[in-house]
Amino acid sequence: MQEREIHALIEQVRTGELPRRAFIQRMVAVGLSAPMASMLLMHNGIAQSQTAVTYKPTKRGGGGALKVLWWQGATLLQPHFANGTKDQEGSRIFYEPLACWDTDGNLIPILAAEIPTVENGGLLPGGKVVRWRLKKGVTWHDGKPFTADDCVFTWDFARDPASACVTMGVYKDVTVTKVDSHTIVVSFAKPTPFWATAFVAAEGMIIPKHLFGPFAGAKSRDAPNNLKPVGTGPYKFVDFKPGDMVRGEINTNYHMPNRPYFDAIEMKGGGDATSAARAVLQSGEYDYAWNLQVEDEVLKRMEDSGKGRIYIVPSGDIEFIQLNITDPWNEVDGERASVKSKHFAFTDPAVRQAMAVLADRKSMQEFIYGRTGVATANFLNNPQKFRSPNTKMEFNIDKANQILEAAGWKKGSDGVREKGGKKLKFVYQTSVNSLRQKEQAVIKQACQKAGIELELKSVTASVFFSSDVANPDTYGKFWCDMQMYTTTMTQPDPERFMDQYLTREISAKANKWNLRNITRWSSEEYDKTFHEAEAELDPVKRAALFIKMNDLPVQANIVIPLISRPRVRGASVKLVTQLSGWDLDLSGLHNWYRES
Amino acid sequence: MGSYLLRRLLIALPSLLGISVVLFTVLALAPGDPFEELATNPNVPPEVRMMLRAKFGLDDPVWQRYVHWLAAMLQGDWGFSFLSRVNVDTLIAQRVPVTLAVIGASQLLALAVALPVGIISAIKPYSWFDRIASTLAFIGFSLPPFFTGILLILLFSIQLDWLPFVFRADIPGSGWPWLWEHIKQAIMPITVLGLFQGASWTRYVRSAVLDVVRLEYVTTARAKGLAERVVILKHVVRNALIPVVTLVALQMPAVFGGAIVTEQIFRVPGIGSLLIDAILRNDTPVIMAVTFVLSCLVILFNLIADLLYGWLDPRISYR
Repeated sequence: MQEREIHALIEQVRTGELPRRAFIQRMVAVGLSAPMASMLLMHNGIAQSQTAVTYKPTKRGGGGALKVLWWQGATLLQPHFANGTKDQEGSRIFYEPLACWDTDGNLIPILAAEIPTVENGGLLPGGKVVRWRLKKGVTWHDGKPFTADDCVFTWDFARDPASACVTMGVYKDVTVTKVDSHTIVVSFAKPTPFWATAFVAAEGMIIPKHLFGPFAGAKSRDAPNNLKPVGTGPYKFVDFKPGDMVRGEINTNYHMPNRPYFDAIEMKGGGDATSAARAVLQSGEYDYAWNLQVEDEVLKRMEDSGKGRIYIVPSGDIEFIQLNITDPWNEVDGERASVKSKHFAFTDPAVRQAMAVLADRKSMQEFIYGRTGVATANFLNNPQKFRSPNTKMEFNIDKANQILEAAGWKKGSDGVREKGGKKLKFVYQTSVNSLRQKEQAVIKQACQKAGIELELKSVTASVFFSSDVANPDTYGKFWCDMQMYTTTMTQPDPERFMDQYLTREISAKANKWNLRNITRWSSEEYDKTFHEAEAELDPVKRAALFIKMNDLPVQANIVIPLISRPRVRGASVKLVTQLSGWDLDLSGLHNWYRES
Repeated sequence: MGSYLLRRLLIALPSLLGISVVLFTVLALAPGDPFEELATNPNVPPEVRMMLRAKFGLDDPVWQRYVHWLAAMLQGDWGFSFLSRVNVDTLIAQRVPVTLAVIGASQLLALAVALPVGIISAIKPYSWFDRIASTLAFIGFSLPPFFTGILLILLFSIQLDWLPFVFRADIPGSGWPWLWEHIKQAIMPITVLGLFQGASWTRYVRSAVLDVVRLEYVTTARAKGLAERVVILKHVVRNALIPVVTLVALQMPAVFGGAIVTEQIFRVPGIGSLLIDAILRNDTPVIMAVTFVLSCLVILFNLIADLLYGWLDPRISYR
């Protein structure tokens, strides 16, 4: 999709020809995130849609206890130390950011008085400065007022390497200054089209200066409030047992009227996904369950009890296969899979193309994932009707045979194709996971019919996904012909996501396999496009460049996207939630209630 | 006796040291990374992860890390969890009460079942009671707890809807309803663990009593005209229980260690679930502390069992 087409679409939204939501879906289809698409519209002066939040309760409290189940329990409640989303979710009960993302990619103000726009003077020309006005009259749970000082402090805390915050990446390159008690300015070193990162969503939770102030830097671990959060959120902290239970009670001074509805919240951790689904869908002991990675058939059977239902929330996670274009089996310059080596088969574009048409995504969706996975040919989430014309989803064994035949790979006496004495025998690795092993079997079967022999290998997830330098089986090393896993696109701006195909990001011994280009694919065109996008100020041009970057590795068949995996959540039939695929589950917690 | 105790304690020290070296080396050699979740999150730049590793000393050589750990441990500092950044002793202290209550109760249940059933079976061997009890015991210890656990959940929680299957350590409230809630949620885990343990103990008690009941002094006691009840309780059981007492004493460390599988099924926040979480996420300080405390307890209870043995049977002396 070219810049021109995007401009035309934006014009259509402006005139009302194209619904806003359709525009966003279309952008998501070509690989952008909903928040980024929404920001494109904002830049072009099209106001955000007012998401109709249906919140019926007319008074605060009275809803009893809300019981939610996270089968991986929160281990800490300091949002800037979070090891994963489970910790961010636990913190989000108590802490709030300035704004969060809804499922259509709209920015919703929480602690901000309004979302900065060009019209209200929040976005200054030049794209380097954002002025946030903070909501007045908000107090911390201990009664102290929430002011601009807290925002400045949060930035200062998170960017300090000595504090060891995982959110450092968001805050280290911005400068935050206080204008008055309820106005801050976030300035970027260079023009930044996607400015909604600091103080927004999961990584934007603001911590109180008066409690964390004495514990900035190296003393950060000693702050007593790491375990006793004092935030501005709808629920006040009661009790926390790492890995087991987070409890909160209603914040009667909450800054939004009639909210929250529940008198208390309990977040229980531990156990496994299947029994979590059972506790919500079958026995009704719990109101909400996170991340139900369970086979759809099992979920459907549980739903029949009528106590709860499954929510499928679209997001940017993709299950995909990577093909190794370097030689993973022999050492070159003292390193396996060195960039200097060449894979005997996957450097041949014909073999890669054959592998791509041998991926039977439809069967995977139908027989393995059910509602919890959507077959996709694009690297990013792709609703059927907006499929990018550039990438096709095709399963065709005959075609694969033809391609390989034409490229000179002839079948030997054992039915395996070979050329120049090299047989098409590959080792195909993934993590141990019942769904993944079934996918491997589907691919293996199709490959067999095309004269390719696959040896399946599965590695324990804790090893596969580790960055252990000494272990040969990590996904970062990729010492294998092909591998499969799910990549998550949690951040709304694709810049960091797309750097995973850059030449400078190639994962190798010299960088302890810590960098992100695992396929070790290198394309001048891709690098050029990325650098163009980095420097591009016009958000529409930039979006077009990112769409092009999406297409490049997929068209080269370096990666074979298989299944787009939406978030799967379970909730009791009476619970009204507000879930977003672009933010935390609990980002809309203040709007949750139970229907009578 | 005093010198024996001293000698045993002195022997225990090098074994503890040895255990800690082995544990630490195995953990250091095991694959994995506590910051794995950060590694797969593209939002977090790799330098953040490397900085955390450096800050927590994960990049130091193994022997250096071990010396650091040992020095801190000797001063009573157990270190802190890499993941929750909470002191390990706090984490353990949070989990101990639940573990003691649930596992302790299940051991009591096991004893309450094993003793009477084993004794009666042995007094009347190959009777109908014995046959039924033996069959049930065999079934009991051949069915693993994860199977019986899920079976009970499906029956009592899903089908009948009588009992909750998610264990909550801190139910708000007080008085009888509060106690009743606790009992209700503890019934299933205690039953699963208690019956599993009880089944094997029943067999031990039965064979121990069977060994004693045919001895001549029992016949003598009967010949004296003592009531059958007195013969069994005072003369048979007392002697028969010596090996059983040792067995139970050696089982005690497990009470602290929790039951990993059962705790996972019922979401009991005990030491077992703390340990398995720590292992799955490579949280070395927590794994070290929990396993080290367990090995201390094993050594301690071994000693207690030996002492108890001598107290029960004065013919055994300490030299």
